[in-house]
Amino acid sequence: MDARITLRVDGRVRPLALDTRTTLLDALRDHLSVTSPKKGCDHGQCGACTVLLDGRRVVSCLILAVTCDGAEVTTAQGLAQEGEPHPVQRAFLEKDAFQCGFCTPGQVCSAVGMLEEVKAGHPSEVTDDLTGPVTLDDEEIRERLSGNLCRCGAYVNIVAALREEAES
Amino acid sequence: MDFLRPATWEDALAMKAARPDATPIQGGTDVMVEINLDKGRPTALLDLNPVAELSRWSWTAGPAPMLRVGAGVTYTRLIAELGGWLPGLAQASRTVGSPQIRNRGTLVGNLGAASPAGDGHPPLLASGALVEAESVRGTRLIPIGEFYMGVKRNALEGDELIRAVHVPPAAGPQCFAKVGTRNAMVIAVCSFAVALDLRARRAGTGIGSAAPTPRRAHAAEEFLAGELDWDGAGPVDPALARRFGELVAEAAAPIDDVRGRADYRRHALAVMARRALGWAWAEREV
Ligand SMILES: Cc1cc2nc3c(=O)[nH]c(=O)nc-3n(C[C@H](O)[C@H](O)[C@H](O)COP(=O)(O)OP(=O)(O)OC[C@H]3O[C@@H](n4cnc5c(N)ncnc54)[C@H](O)[C@@H]3O)c2cc1C
Ligand code: FES
Ligand code: FES
Repeated sequence: MDARITLRVDGRVRPLALDTRTTLLDALRDHLSVTSPKKGCDHGQCGACTVLLDGRRVVSCLILAVTCDGAEVTTAQGLAQEGEPHPVQRAFLEKDAFQCGFCTPGQVCSAVGMLEEVKAGHPSEVTDDLTGPVTLDDEEIRERLSGNLCRCGAYVNIVAALREEAES
Repeated sequence: MDFLRPATWEDALAMKAARPDATPIQGGTDVMVEINLDKGRPTALLDLNPVAELSRWSWTAGPAPMLRVGAGVTYTRLIAELGGWLPGLAQASRTVGSPQIRNRGTLVGNLGAASPAGDGHPPLLASGALVEAESVRGTRLIPIGEFYMGVKRNALEGDELIRAVHVPPAAGPQCFAKVGTRNAMVIAVCSFAVALDLRARRAGTGIGSAAPTPRRAHAAEEFLAGELDWDGAGPVDPALARRFGELVAEAAAPIDDVRGRADYRRHALAVMARRALGWAWAEREV
């Protein structure tokens, strides 16, 4: 069964006709050639396919594209503004927060979503004071990025990149 | 695979009545894994996301109002918006999957899946929640203790959908604990929730991942109601906490599987229950 939908991907309106079984990840990669979200596991475990859906970080492999009609999708590719990397992308570069880079677009989208959640005061599993503002220390960064795996083990520098972001 | 998109709750009920074989999908964090792993593709999906009312929560009417959490309320929102009233459920929710999973996944999806390992179940059992199930034939409120029927089986009829869960606001400290190989993204080896009701001088309990269904530890609850010094200051009597832990472990019926052995689960439950009681009680003092 085919469906017609429209997505707004990285600021561009993209009409699509696709099989209702297509995931958002496959729609982005195979139908729209937006390849920054990666397919690591296809079942929600690795975070490589993380994008921002209407501003919130989600794993695009567990979402059917047809359920996203009219939604705003931001991938790592779309985070840059006028050729300038997003501050989180810049921090990853400066702190050498990757090796092969496969997990990086997902890490970056996840981090951008995470910083918004912190700003909104959302507590995590390791937050002691559930009512106050969140202090983004290393333990919080690790917990809040626990949905993104890095097979190269660049975690130390990913945390360093975000520590810098958290302080600024 | 047919794809059904009801615009309203009434449409959703009508579609489910016409197609009892349709699999409801909310956050999709269980349904999509099954599809992507090719574990049997559903003949039809019933997408509940367009039904806007499901993403709301409210208070029920009556002398003892409960929180009515709509089927579309995500874990992230439950934690942020309802954590003050439902601390045990919020604590459990903060351990589900990863932030990305919590941004989509819902408590009602946890109930639909009815996995014995679902983290939402122990706190719902401990606080005595009700499941609001509805079909074109009418609405019924299923006490949570009667909802779980077997491994991944629940009490819903083929034409029924869950509209909401009713959860009493905390009447005292609550605590959730789980054992897993790491913090994020693991299925619990076993889990436990306790909810103290300081007014009624009762305790509710819930055990996860240690029996074919999530279940309460009735004898442990009765023991606390009778033996806990509800007026006492200071920490819980260690012997009492230990006995409570033993009774919780006795209520379980665990199996050996890839995640852990039955005797390990029993041991871990006894330790978790003892500690969870201590932590909850300590919170009462501050
Ligand atoms: C990587 C990963 C990690 C996970 N970690 C955890 C974890 O730590 N703890 C845990 O408990 N779970 C975990 N899960 C499982 C899952 O996230 C939860 O069970 C979640 O609560 C499912 O909610 P959902 O809205 O996504 O459900 P869906 O996938 O949309 O639905 C789940 C089930 O409920 C049914 N359903 C949905 N809505 C309704 C309704 N209104 N009426 C009747 N039936 C309905 C569906 O048909 C399906 O059978 C994990 C999943 C993934 C992919
Ligand atoms: S590909 Fe989506 S989480 Fe791994
Ligand atoms: S940089 Fe290689 S997987 Fe993370």
